[in-house]
Amino acid sequence: MKHNSRKKLILGTMILAINMGLLSTQQVYARPLQMHIMEGFLPLGWAVFWWLIAIPFWGIGFIQLRRILTEKPEQRLLLGLSGGFIFVLSALKIPSVTGSSSHPTGTGLSTILFGPFVTAVLGTIALIFQALLLVHGGLSTLGANAVSMAIGGPLVAYYFVWKPLRHYAPTWLSVFLTAFTANLVTYLITTTQLALAFPDPVSGLWGSWLTFAGIFALTQIPLAIAEGILIVLVFNYLQVNAPSELNELGVLGA
Amino acid sequence: MSSQTQTALKKIDKRVVVIGIILIAMLMAFPLFVVEDSEFGGSDGAGSEAITAIAPDYDSEWISNWWQPPGGETESALFALQAAIGGILIGYALGYLRGRQKGQKMTVEANSDSGAQG
Repeated sequence: MKHNSRKKLILGTMILAINMGLLSTQQVYARPLQMHIMEGFLPLGWAVFWWLIAIPFWGIGFIQLRRILTEKPEQRLLLGLSGGFIFVLSALKIPSVTGSSSHPTGTGLSTILFGPFVTAVLGTIALIFQALLLVHGGLSTLGANAVSMAIGGPLVAYYFVWKPLRHYAPTWLSVFLTAFTANLVTYLITTTQLALAFPDPVSGLWGSWLTFAGIFALTQIPLAIAEGILIVLVFNYLQVNAPSELNELGVLGA
Repeated sequence: MSSQTQTALKKIDKRVVVIGIILIAMLMAFPLFVVEDSEFGGSDGAGSEAITAIAPDYDSEWISNWWQPPGGETESALFALQAAIGGILIGYALGYLRGRQKGQKMTVEANSDSGAQG
């Protein structure tokens, strides 16, 4: 236990150091970046393109979700929990060092428990709520926003972090990095989507990408770390209080 | 059963949980104390301004939101509603699991007690 605390302490120091680093560069990057692309802020062609990419993921997600609900109805509790996290966290606008605010995605837990396809469905439910009632994203950009937050982030985090790491790294580290990655990749994809649709007239696609990405790293990394820590705590709670569900999902054990 | 005792061993120190929560709070509140003269406007809106800067001719009005909250108050109410729905789901699930685990423990203990006596 002592050893564990020490690791946490080192992690904490690192986080502080990163924050100090951000502080010094804050003047340079004063422009914030968005998470959800607002209604109308993608041309029709791109809006349709991202919808078409999202649809197969929703399809597979629905099939998997139905299978879970019929074959493992006791998992409804954890499904609700995962969905609840996406709802709460994506509703929180957290202030950032760039003077704007941004929000966590909350998709990490669902990704670890149910994989990226079910997460695609759960995440999209939150996106629809925000698009219809909160002028936060929109229907035309729903496909693009789903590809970044509900699909892309979870997909990369699941296949490139959670699956390869879980047997080799301590559980808390794998969980942390999965949630961290899901959050960061979401913003990388949003950045790419914007750069593709709006290449900078002077510096081109790459210049646009850097414009959008430079700022977002600063807004997003502290949030991604905070989200990672939160999911680690929740996952530990589940290990203690819901071992049978985690075993059934194949999340625990080798 | 052996898997359950194994996972129970993985329970992290309460102090670590407290440190984790403090870290999260610090990470989120930190900019409030550092950045002065900012209202922390939503990055979604400001991001759109970046698009306007890069592509000034782009017309984003080709489609608009089908409904808008009449004002900031309604909007924050709806945001609170979204968080409340999520909070209820989380609280219900975590509370249910905790209660169930406690109940199982008590049953196991009660069984072993009566077994020792009889």
